[in-house]
This record gives sequence, C-alpha cells and structure tokens, in this order.
Amino acid sequence: MELTAILFSIPWDQIVIQTINGIVTGMILALIASGLTLIFGIMDVVNFAHGELFMLGAYIGVLVLATTGNFWLALLIATLVVALIGAAIQVVTLRPLIGRDPLTTILATFGVSLILQNYALWQFGPVARKIQEPFTGHFTLFYLEYPWYRLVIAGLSAAIIGGFWLFLKYGKYGIWIRATTQDRVMAQAMGIPVPLVYTAAFAIGAGMAAASGVLFGPLVGVNHTMGLDWVLKAFIVVVVGGMGNLVGSIAAAIFISLLEAYASIWVSPAQAVIVSFIVLILTLLFRPTGLFVPTPK
Amino acid sequence: MSDAAKDAPLIAVEDLHTYYGKSHILHGVTLHVRPGEVVGLLGRNGVGKSTTLKTIMGLVRPTEGSIRLEGAPITGMAPHKLARLGIGYVPEDRRIFRLLTVMENLRTGLDRQGVSDEKKQALLDKVFNYFPVLGERRNQAGGTLSGGEQQMLAIARAMMLEPKIILLDEPTEGLMPRMVSQISNIINVLHRENVAILLVEQNVPLTLEASERVYIMEKGVVRHHAAACDLKVNDAVIHQYLGV
Amino acid sequence: MTKPRNTSYWIAFSIVLALLIIAPLVLPEFWRRFLTEILIWGLLAMSSDILIGYTGMVSFGHSAFFGLGMYGAAAALLMFSPPNLWLAILFGLVASALIALFVAYFSTRLRDIYFAITTLIFSQIFYVIVFTWTEVTGGENGLNFRRPPLAIPGLFSVQFTSETMHWFVLAVVTASYLILRRITRSPFGMVLQSIRENEPRTRAIGYPVERYKIVAVMLSGLFAGLAGVLYAVQNRFAAPDFIFFLVSGETVIFNVMGGIGTLVGPIVGAGFFQLMREFLSRLFGDQFPYLIPLGVVFIAMIIFLPQGLLGFARRWLNR
Repeated sequence: MELTAILFSIPWDQIVIQTINGIVTGMILALIASGLTLIFGIMDVVNFAHGELFMLGAYIGVLVLATTGNFWLALLIATLVVALIGAAIQVVTLRPLIGRDPLTTILATFGVSLILQNYALWQFGPVARKIQEPFTGHFTLFYLEYPWYRLVIAGLSAAIIGGFWLFLKYGKYGIWIRATTQDRVMAQAMGIPVPLVYTAAFAIGAGMAAASGVLFGPLVGVNHTMGLDWVLKAFIVVVVGGMGNLVGSIAAAIFISLLEAYASIWVSPAQAVIVSFIVLILTLLFRPTGLFVPTPK
Repeated sequence: MSDAAKDAPLIAVEDLHTYYGKSHILHGVTLHVRPGEVVGLLGRNGVGKSTTLKTIMGLVRPTEGSIRLEGAPITGMAPHKLARLGIGYVPEDRRIFRLLTVMENLRTGLDRQGVSDEKKQALLDKVFNYFPVLGERRNQAGGTLSGGEQQMLAIARAMMLEPKIILLDEPTEGLMPRMVSQISNIINVLHRENVAILLVEQNVPLTLEASERVYIMEKGVVRHHAAACDLKVNDAVIHQYLGV
Repeated sequence: MTKPRNTSYWIAFSIVLALLIIAPLVLPEFWRRFLTEILIWGLLAMSSDILIGYTGMVSFGHSAFFGLGMYGAAAALLMFSPPNLWLAILFGLVASALIALFVAYFSTRLRDIYFAITTLIFSQIFYVIVFTWTEVTGGENGLNFRRPPLAIPGLFSVQFTSETMHWFVLAVVTASYLILRRITRSPFGMVLQSIRENEPRTRAIGYPVERYKIVAVMLSGLFAGLAGVLYAVQNRFAAPDFIFFLVSGETVIFNVMGGIGTLVGPIVGAGFFQLMREFLSRLFGDQFPYLIPLGVVFIAMIIFLPQGLLGFARRWLNR
C-alpha cells in the first residue's frame, strides 16, 4: 500500500518533462564542453574566453538572422566567423605564450573574455536580443505544449559532436590533432605543422561554441553576460568528465544537466545550479581524475 | 652522381653549443654525415649524444654553431619543416603514438603533400614487407605492441617520410638480446635504401658492425673520429672513452 | 652591499608613506576617496600576491574571501548596537578565514590549472548562495549599514571623517604590508617560494607541501577578508557583486600589471588600473568600455612585460 502511495506522489509527468529538458540542455552543454576539452587536451590551454565565443556566436546569429531571415544561414555564418575570430585570438595572444607557464594562458584568455564581453555590451547594449526559432510547432507532452525545436537542438548538437568525433577518428587532420594531443614533440618530428594544428583546433573549438550559441539562442535571451553562466558550467563539466576526455565531458554534461533539471522540480533554477557545484565537490573529493574516467591503474 | 657530389656532406654540424636551462651540454660539436652513410656516435651516458640528435632535429635550439642540410643552413628551423625536408627521427624510448593504431602511426608520416596514392601504397607495402609483424597488427593500438615491435614501428614510421637521413637514438636500449640482431638487419635495410643514418648507441659491437665511420664524444665534444674498421682493430680508444 | 640598499628602500618607503598621509589634506573629496579605495584594492591584490607571486598558485577565489569579509563585517555591524568597529573586523576575519580553510581543503591538492578553476567555481558557489539566500544576506540588493565609530569602549569614540577614514585604512594597509613583508622573508616565506620554483623538488626534500599551501591560502584569505572589512566600513554596504569571480579576475589583473611577487607591485597595479579607468571615462565618457583597452594592455603586459610595471621600472632604473 505504501509503495503505491509513494509511486503516486512522485511527479512522473514532471520527471519526464525534466528528463527531456535535461537532455536538451545537456547536449548544448556537451557541445560547448567538447570545444573546451579539445582545446585543453591538445594545447593545455584553459580557454576562459570560451563562454564569450558562445555569446559572440549568438550575437552574430542575431545579426545574420535580421538581415537574411534564415536561421540556418545564421548558424553557418556565425560558426565560420567565430572560428576565424578564434584562430586570430590564438595567433595573437596564445602563440606568443607557447612554452611559457601554462597559467599565463589562463590569464590571457581571461583578458580576452573581458574584452569580448565589454565589446558586446558596447555594441549591442544591455538589453537582451532574441533569436527566432527556425520553426515553431509543438507536440503535447502531458499538460505542456513542448516545442519540437528543443528536440531538434538536441539532435543537431549530437550530430555536430558525432561529426566531430568521426573527423577526429578517420580524417587525415583528425589524426594530426590526435597525434599532437598525445605527443607534440613527435608529431612535429613526423612533419605535422603543430603551430597550425593548434590554431585550427582553437578555431574548431570556437566554432563549436558559436554553434551552441546560435542553437541555444531561441531558448534564452541573447545578451552580453550569457557566456558567464555557461563557461562556468562547462568548466565543471570538463573537470567532472576528466580534463581532455571527450567522451567523459559529454557524459558529464548530460549527467549534470539531468540532475539540475530534476532539482528544478523542487527548487528554483537559481538554486538548482548548486547541484553542479555539489557534483564537482564530490568528484574532487573522491574521483579527482574524472567521474567517468576509469581510475588510473 | 659525380664523385664530388657524392662526397658532399648530407648533414654538416659545426661547433654546436646547446644548453638545457643553465646546463651547458654541447660544447662545440662538429661532425658530418655523407649521403647514404651510416655513421656511429658513441660515448658514455650524459655526454650529449641524444642532445646532438635533438639539436639537429630542431627540438632544441643551439646557442651557437651551425647545421647544414645538403649545404643549406637549417639551424633553428622548426622540426616539422625539417621532417619534410627529409630528416627522420627515432628517439630513445621510441615514442610511438600509443593511442593511435599502427596504421594511423604510419599515416602521420605517410599523409604528405605531393605523394600519390600509388606511391603511398608502395611505401606501405615495402614497410610491411620488411616488418610483417606490423602488417599483422596494423589495426591495433600502438601501446599494445611489444618493445621490439614498437621499435620497428618507430623506424617504419620515420621511413614513411622517405627521409634522406634517419637520426636513430639508442635503438637497442631496453630490447632483448635477440632483438638486437633484428636492429642490425633493419639498419642494413635502410642502408640498402640509401638512407643515411646517424646512429647513437651504447652497444659498441653493433655500432662498429653497422657503421662506416664512428665519432666518439666526451663531455659535450667530439673527441675522436675514425673509420669503424680501424676501431674494430684498435680498441684501446674504445676502452679509453667508454670504459668497456 | 645590503645595508645601503636597505636604507634606500626604507627611505623610499617613508617618502611614499608620508605622501599618502598628507594626501587627504590636499586632495579634493573625490580623489581622497579614490585614493582610499586604491589602498583597499591594493590590500586585496597584495593578499592575492601571496598566492600568485610567492607560492605560484593562480587563484580566482579572492572575491569569495573579500566578499565574505565584507558580509562578516556587515553582520557584526547589523547585529550589534552600537556598531562596533573591532567586532566588525573580527567577524570579517573569522568569516574569510573559515571560507579560506574550506576552499583550501578542496583545492590545494590540485595542480595549477585545476586549482585556478576550482577556486573560481568556489567563488561562484558562494556568490550563488549569497545571491539567493535573501533572508540572511539581502540577496541581490545586499546589506546597508551604518559606519561604526573609531572607538575603544570606555575610552573614546570618534566618528570617522573622510580624512580619518583614509588614515585608518592607510594604517591597516601599511601594517598588513609590513606583516606580509616580514612573512615572505621568513623561513616560511622561503618555503613558499621554493614551492613556486620547483614543487616536486620541495616535496622531495621533505616539506609537507600541501600544508604549506593551505596556510598560504588562509593567510591570503585573511588579508583579503580584511580588505573586505575595510571596504564595508568605508562604503557602508555589502553586495554579492563583490563575490562574483570577476572581482578575483580584476585582482589578478592588478597583480600582473603591477608585478607579481613584489607585494608593492599589486598596489601599484591597482592604482594604475583605477587611474586608467578614471582617465578613460573622463576622456571618452561614462559609457566607454574602458575594459577593452585595459584588457588589451593587460594581455600585452602578459606577453611582453611579464614582470609588470615594477619589473619594468626596475630594469629601467638599472640601465
């Protein structure tokens, strides 16, 4: 008797809704975190400006959408433009720091994030912009009209990550990136132009962040501080997933997003973020190499 | 090829000085390798043999001195450019890409510009011919190979660059004695392919057998230089510098 | 060799101190407060220098120590009537010390980059807690309170004026500087520096590196909290914005601009930054994004002038 009572009191409909929400957010977070992990894994750089690249992508999406009215074009152009900006940032601020204390790269990318953030504030003002979804349309989920678009975002993010994974595994340049990540010195000795690979990797990471920005834009307002929340979550995801571990980051992203989504059934979203903090603390205490990484032998 | 051109050095190193931080490792190393030659570099631990190879490969910047490849100065050039110019490097402890498969390891050297698909296939066939084990394990991760197999992979990988010279750093280190003769065979193979070799080794008999000329280093400089056959006969020098 | 260098150092010190003492008497009100605030930020940056400059640990956690020192003081000033300055200082220091201990416990076992990220995340944790726990902390709006008098109970009680506030802050900051200077030159300080130079070797020699790091974080946190208390007393409010990790970031900027590992450098860096900001907003207007050129200068300094302004001045003087 008590069991059925308990089963009835659990808000199943809410849980299903939040599961879907969690997966959607998780996929976006995974896309952002993948770029961050790629950059860290290959060149030991903690890219503080990653959230700002996300934000820039969203803003460029706004602009392109306003001029062309085409969401997909906005997605494409934003990704390419921010990838180029990322390459420029790497060449100007990070290349001179190769070989120096890795902490200088944290500081340098932090400086870049301040510049980008304030530039966005200056150019676009503090009022949030909106990106229109490329299509409206809902399906009924319990008592909600759940937008198809959200599912599409999750699918697209998964597709982008999947494509990226395939590129890493099979492409010639994918091998270059993997070789450079494992042994930068021998990669050079094999004729791989490592400085170029670094720039390309940074550009790819930046592009992925920008794509997330455009995809996620319709869900939230686009404003100059949107990068901050995400970069923090992304860092937590990367640490929990095991730094430099792509699969780990993706798993961690979904895991944390699901937990937060469930938590928001009972507490406010502002407080739900504490969940990710708790996961981080627990990970640091018990499995500091990463929650989803097999403990090193 | 005329005799004069044949005798011109492939690699000419002159008065090289290299530091690691504040330690002055190379105090003016001078040596040369001719095209197709096998040259040995002997010396006790810590005299700077590996550092010499690393400096030639551009992995360490010298503070003084010059390095020339076929007469053209290459001092201070980036390692990846040197690899493309035809210098192959097989370091101590092999350093194959452990998480990449054998095939992917080979591809890091094979995927170059201006090499046709037929040429690539020919190179692969040749390498699998010389090292059948690698062919068998071509889809296995490099880290799963045994020590000897990894050494073969490291050399095969360098061969993918179609190098003019391979810098071989202590290939027999950590290998079982019966693998040592394998290394000897591989060096002969490379010699037949007209690839020059600068061989750093602790194994004196192997070096004297395989090389045409030998340099002996001590404390960061070349102290002695002779033909290998001379040293085989007159081994007092070997005793003096290497204490073997 | 050391003796003449020592005397010239103390002469320079005395001159600067004298200037800072006289300053409030000659400066207009705005600049008086400006100078006082530079001193407070300088103290915060100095505390951060203990970690960055001397132990080699980049921390983004200072905003937490600073902010909680502020809130600790706020608590004392709101809970007890009449508001007591010394209690405020006590509460602020205890709060920041406890937080520092908490953060230190989790983070010090991590190496450089992970330490930086973890301290940043902890700052944000505290930010979220303070921001959302409106009943206790006033949430978004923070807390307002009265400035306590400079008082020794039973002896005297004097309300702060702008000048006396400045002198009080100056006294606290100077004392902190002297204490920190003493500490960095002590055997303890030497160990910290050897940790920065070569941590594995220090560990191999036998020093319990983790314990030293924890003490370093707590020391740093204490003085950061003290800066928070001063800020609270000076400005009469506490707000969660100060816990947001960007404040830590700006502190690190002060450190880098001034010169890490010098204790004085960070104060110079703080001054330089604030002056430039003031200058730029006067030149180009309030809306001007001063952080863009300052950000560029910051990055340029990391690349070209890693020793900061002080290092640059030193080299220039030695020419």
